[in-house]
Amino acid sequence: MAMTGVLRPGHAQMRVLDLEESIKFYSDVVGLVETGRDAQGRVYFKAWDERDHNSFIIRQADKPGLDFFSFKVDSHATLLKFDADLQAYGIKTERIPAGELLETGERVRFMIPTGHQIELYAEKTDVGNGQPYTNPEAWIPEAEHGIAPVRMDHALLYGPDIDGARDILVNVLGFYLVERILLEDGKTDLAVWLSCSTKAHDIAMVRHPEPGKVHHVAFLLDSWEKVLRAADIMSMNRVKIDIGPTRHGVTRGTTIYAFDPSGNRFETFSGGYSSYPDWHPITWTIDDVGRGIFYHDRALNDAFLTVVT
Amino acid sequence: MSYHSITLEDTGESFRSSETRTVLDGMAALGKKGIPVGCCGGGCGVCKIEIISGTYRKRVMSREHISVEDEANNRVLACRVWPTSDLRLKVLGKMSKSVCNDKAVASEVK
Ligand code: FES
Ligand SMILES: [Fe+2]
Repeated sequence: MAMTGVLRPGHAQMRVLDLEESIKFYSDVVGLVETGRDAQGRVYFKAWDERDHNSFIIRQADKPGLDFFSFKVDSHATLLKFDADLQAYGIKTERIPAGELLETGERVRFMIPTGHQIELYAEKTDVGNGQPYTNPEAWIPEAEHGIAPVRMDHALLYGPDIDGARDILVNVLGFYLVERILLEDGKTDLAVWLSCSTKAHDIAMVRHPEPGKVHHVAFLLDSWEKVLRAADIMSMNRVKIDIGPTRHGVTRGTTIYAFDPSGNRFETFSGGYSSYPDWHPITWTIDDVGRGIFYHDRALNDAFLTVVT
Repeated sequence: MSYHSITLEDTGESFRSSETRTVLDGMAALGKKGIPVGCCGGGCGVCKIEIISGTYRKRVMSREHISVEDEANNRVLACRVWPTSDLRLKVLGKMSKSVCNDKAVASEVK
């Protein structure tokens, strides 16, 4: 098997200002499937076509934003190895016992130099996608409820030291650089897109003075037509759209950025090319950054570099 | 539906707005270029204002941008505030630059 080590983004936990309003929003507008609630008051969701118990968790807090972003690894042995490797690299790690998060095994948590808590885990209960593993249908009714993405796909994080964070993800966890935007000096990265798979990105980071900020968590749709349908559903529900539907130059995904009721940005997107670790990374220069981020507008909007939670 | 008059102290401009429209939506409808309408959910803090006079309805806002003291002193996020009377307000956040344009205004951007 070719894909080993870190498999994919597994779960994101976000803070919201009003839990009830957000449960309705993520269930009925985004169209995630609620899978549980815990004693801490956290509410768990998955996209309909995901098989593991949860991929998106919300809790009520007095400020919105991202608590942590986590990746699934291929085995418990790999989890232990990464824990040792991270420590050997000089990073403090913390073990969070199995069950602290519903239906989720032991987690290894550490802070990257952008100020974000990243986690690794190996086990999460397979609850299936509503279809049998023998002779399934193509989709289930949940696939048409709300925007109904097929999976939680990636996150774009904002924080100061994206070089240090990139080095940990690349040197310790086996990610590779897919695309980058260089600042005026022609050497410093403004932003990087990294993959642990054959997706064009599993995580991306933008250099930003405040640590621990999130630009968006993204949900994958199957087609450009479903991106248009998502925009229709946003308008029907008076969801604040930041930009789109449009296309990114970087990754070539078709996209909408929009905000949840607490001001957390989320992305619903489709496409983007497949990438491979032996591919030469793509570089964008700062004078063409507008086309890189928003391929049709060919300019950044005011909110891209300033509006984060 | 009740309409109220909302006045921006910084520029003296005013506009009519209904009780069902946020103060930020009203300001954005003024059509001033560059009003950084952000998340519209009380999360990002770009729309911080101070209400000098008048009454309003508000919803929960990020404590990262509105402290308890701010809130007690009518410093709020325009996207989480609805007028219930005529209002006079001052722009504080990242909006102040664009709303007040080149007028020299002592900004209170934190
Ligand atoms: S626009 Fe983000 S807090 Fe008002
Ligand atoms: Fe994205």
